[in-house]
Amino acid sequence: MSPARRRGAAAIALWLAALLACAALISRAHFTTDLSAFLPRSPTPEQRLLMDQLRDGLASRLILVGIEGADAQSRAKMSSQVAQRLRTDPAFVTVNNGEPVNSERDREFLFDHRYLLSPAVTPQHFEVAGLHAALRDSIDLLASPAGLMVKSILPRDPTGEMVRLLEDLDGASTPRIVDGAWSSRDGARALLLVQTRASGSDTDAQEQAMAAIQAAFDSAAAASPGAKVLMTGPGVFSVTSRDAIRSQVSALSIIGTVLIATLLLAVYRSVAALVLGLLPVVSGALVGIAAVSAAFGSVHGITLGFGTALIGEAVDYSIYLFVQSEHGGADQQAWVQRFWPTIRLGVLTSIAGFASLLLSGFPGLAQLGLYAIAGLLAAAAVTRFVLPHLLPRGFRIHDVSAVGAGLSRWVERAAMLRWVAALVVAAACVVLLLHRAQLWSPNISSLSPVSQADVALDTRLRADMGAPDVRYLAVVSGADREAVLHSSEQVAAALQAQVDAGELGGFESPSRYLPSTATQRARQASLPAPQELEARLVQAVQGLPVQAALFQPFVADVAAARTQPLLQARDLDRTSMAMALQGLLIEQDRRWTALLPLKAPQGGFIHADLIRAALQAAGVPNVVFVDMKSESDRLYSGYLHEAILLSLGGLVAIIALLLVVIRSPARVLRVVAPLAAAGVTVVAGLVALGHPLTILHLVGLLLIVAVGSNYALFFDRADASAPIAPRTLASMLLANLTTVAGFGLLAFSKVSLLQALGETVAPGVVLALIFSAIFAKRSHG
Amino acid sequence: MTVPSAPCASRSSLWGALAAVVAAAALLAWSAPAFAAWDLQQLMDSLARNKSGRATFVETKHISMLDRPIESSGELVFTAPDRLEKRTLKPKPESMIVQGGELSIERGGRQYRVQLQAQPQLAAFIDSIRGTMAGDRQSLERNYRLELQGTQQAWVLQLVPRDNQMRGVIRQIRISGAQDQVKSVEISQADGDSSLMLIDKSTAPP
Repeated sequence: MSPARRRGAAAIALWLAALLACAALISRAHFTTDLSAFLPRSPTPEQRLLMDQLRDGLASRLILVGIEGADAQSRAKMSSQVAQRLRTDPAFVTVNNGEPVNSERDREFLFDHRYLLSPAVTPQHFEVAGLHAALRDSIDLLASPAGLMVKSILPRDPTGEMVRLLEDLDGASTPRIVDGAWSSRDGARALLLVQTRASGSDTDAQEQAMAAIQAAFDSAAAASPGAKVLMTGPGVFSVTSRDAIRSQVSALSIIGTVLIATLLLAVYRSVAALVLGLLPVVSGALVGIAAVSAAFGSVHGITLGFGTALIGEAVDYSIYLFVQSEHGGADQQAWVQRFWPTIRLGVLTSIAGFASLLLSGFPGLAQLGLYAIAGLLAAAAVTRFVLPHLLPRGFRIHDVSAVGAGLSRWVERAAMLRWVAALVVAAACVVLLLHRAQLWSPNISSLSPVSQADVALDTRLRADMGAPDVRYLAVVSGADREAVLHSSEQVAAALQAQVDAGELGGFESPSRYLPSTATQRARQASLPAPQELEARLVQAVQGLPVQAALFQPFVADVAAARTQPLLQARDLDRTSMAMALQGLLIEQDRRWTALLPLKAPQGGFIHADLIRAALQAAGVPNVVFVDMKSESDRLYSGYLHEAILLSLGGLVAIIALLLVVIRSPARVLRVVAPLAAAGVTVVAGLVALGHPLTILHLVGLLLIVAVGSNYALFFDRADASAPIAPRTLASMLLANLTTVAGFGLLAFSKVSLLQALGETVAPGVVLALIFSAIFAKRSHG
Repeated sequence: MTVPSAPCASRSSLWGALAAVVAAAALLAWSAPAFAAWDLQQLMDSLARNKSGRATFVETKHISMLDRPIESSGELVFTAPDRLEKRTLKPKPESMIVQGGELSIERGGRQYRVQLQAQPQLAAFIDSIRGTMAGDRQSLERNYRLELQGTQQAWVLQLVPRDNQMRGVIRQIRISGAQDQVKSVEISQADGDSSLMLIDKSTAPP
């Protein structure tokens, strides 16, 4: 065996082993479509809290269900049947549709714990004067329109704790009720609010929950053929976007592969060449997925979609090998010597560009970067070190010299278009200047794979539910539940002062449902002993039209409350308040957090500065005032800024690399100029068409540079007097076509992230090739 | 420990049911001109013709728990087609407004709103009052058995709820009047307590 053949055998063995290792890694890989992969990884603590809430919190478990069609009465009946069926399903924690299922239990809970829960319970409240005042109020209430309702509980609760608790809980605006079930304001839909046991990020469980809701609806709607069910919520979004990404990626990869294979077959006219030519692509894809899986623990669906498009670029290397080699691909050694350095530089520039993405603060982008680097490296290495040894003796492809010769004539004339090209680029610059304010998409939702129609449905159902957007929150954190509840009570006191002053419409607090142990004990201690209470009552009824003896049940209840076990979180289970508490009091990584959402005063708005100052003045440690809107705006602009910086960094790295390798600023300029021109023109086109840029457009620009640098480098020659070989031109055209096919497909994707990539890269690489030809140094000097 | 099974149904019905009773009574207070051959249909027709106005009221409640009756007084204001305000001035200022599908109560600086649709009983109550206002005898008879006694000069309309559940709270409502004037509304509760509201249109401010 000759040394060359030994080397070949070793390369093939190493390659196969690597492929096996990758396959093993991939078989255990976990694929996700979690939306948060395209949200930043290391925000501030408050932002992290919001992110976690978005992903796993109570809000993520809520599914809003609407029933449309049929008449109001049938809708209400279906709502009731669906709710009844879902309530027996352990996958759902609560199912609300306006039916009074919890109210009995809620009332019982409030009544049994009224002396631990009521903020009115203080020592003064149970002094003679306090009792007298409370009794007088209760008797006044008897005279009022509400009197009938409080009459029956007066002997047990003459101090009005129950009324007080019910009044405090009043505040949630619930939907209107038609025929016994929640209905939208316009009366067109019946509404249900369902809480799943699984978190919103558990997409499989959410999918099952949706199927259960659909099944419950289908059996309820058997008699109403016109009815249909609508669902929305974070969990629903993750399911639908996973479905969308899944179906899009598989469709794209099939169509893309067929398209590229057809193209290659048409040019090569050899099945063997086609199969061999796809080997580097397959290797690159396997290595890419395996690398991402090993580094991130999971592979995002968007990364796979991106990978599909990258087929169009990875296949370029084998195209260069087959087409550029002399004698129809027979002389690869000569190709390695003559062209490999150029291709290697192209690969390196791509890597330099994508390496910047690895530093990105959001894992989705870092995945794309790693996939691209690993995939392109593998494809190039297999093309260079393995593929030549696999080619059978006498391997050749269809001779494309004729096409190349035709292209040469075009290229020679291309320089005449310099002025036209310069004008186009100048016009693009003007467009960019004019639109510089609207260049970037201001909306974080531009990154979401959720379709506009789904977002509109969500907005509509949310408005129907009368669920206001929570914009302002006071957030308290601490080491344990007790500390957080205690701080919440102090914050609540400060907020209550603002409510009384009319600056706030109200607020929620976990301590309302679960007072701190200290507060509960203090309330118990406020309750007098039975004999003492009886004596005080006798004095308190003086001048009131009522006998102290009437309140014997009250004395007994107070006596029991004095030694009643303190209220625990689990006591709320199976009441509708459990859901509220769960949403407001969160344990995470052994840190406890309480959320106190604020409500604007009626017809007014919250003065953030004033509330912030009031909270500061209260002097409670570990409390922050959060404005969700400005927080998410800051978040978005923060990582957009980061992505821009990283891309610029990638650009600088590419230029530095070229300078080091080529050692001629003029030539580097000639390589970079067509790429920059292509980028500027594409961006101007997008902006002019009303597509503001997102971060994925930036990734697309990096790809233009990565792919286009190969073209520019082929056109760039130290010795400009030698014309470019026709075969080289043909190979570039074919490589360009495959890339356009791969990314062009993405432009038609319904997933906005993939679409952004496609609509940038496909026109960009075409322009990069054209500009490279136009700006190339003329062969005749 | 359980909650007394009294109709403390929820926050909304807490304020709702009796308010509705009072609203019903008050709405009925706007009565109609007289006709020669006088019957229920004509009373309805004349009630439907009623537009807007105001009157004073004095309400006395007899509650077994209390040693003596409690008295409240204030003003009633009706605005066609569907708004009624009961403004209590004594013993404590308080206002109750029924308008469209919403009942709101203002008490001690706080406002409570009740969607009538959330409370089928209450809605039936209010709707039956609407029925009266519109002279819609059919709608009224859906919820109550009606009985008219007396003469045009001194009539008594008795409403007995058809619904068992509702009868568990209110036994009957007796509205008495003379010609186009409602003079009193008497509500008898199932537990023996009762209230009597005397309405005087002549003493109301214009």
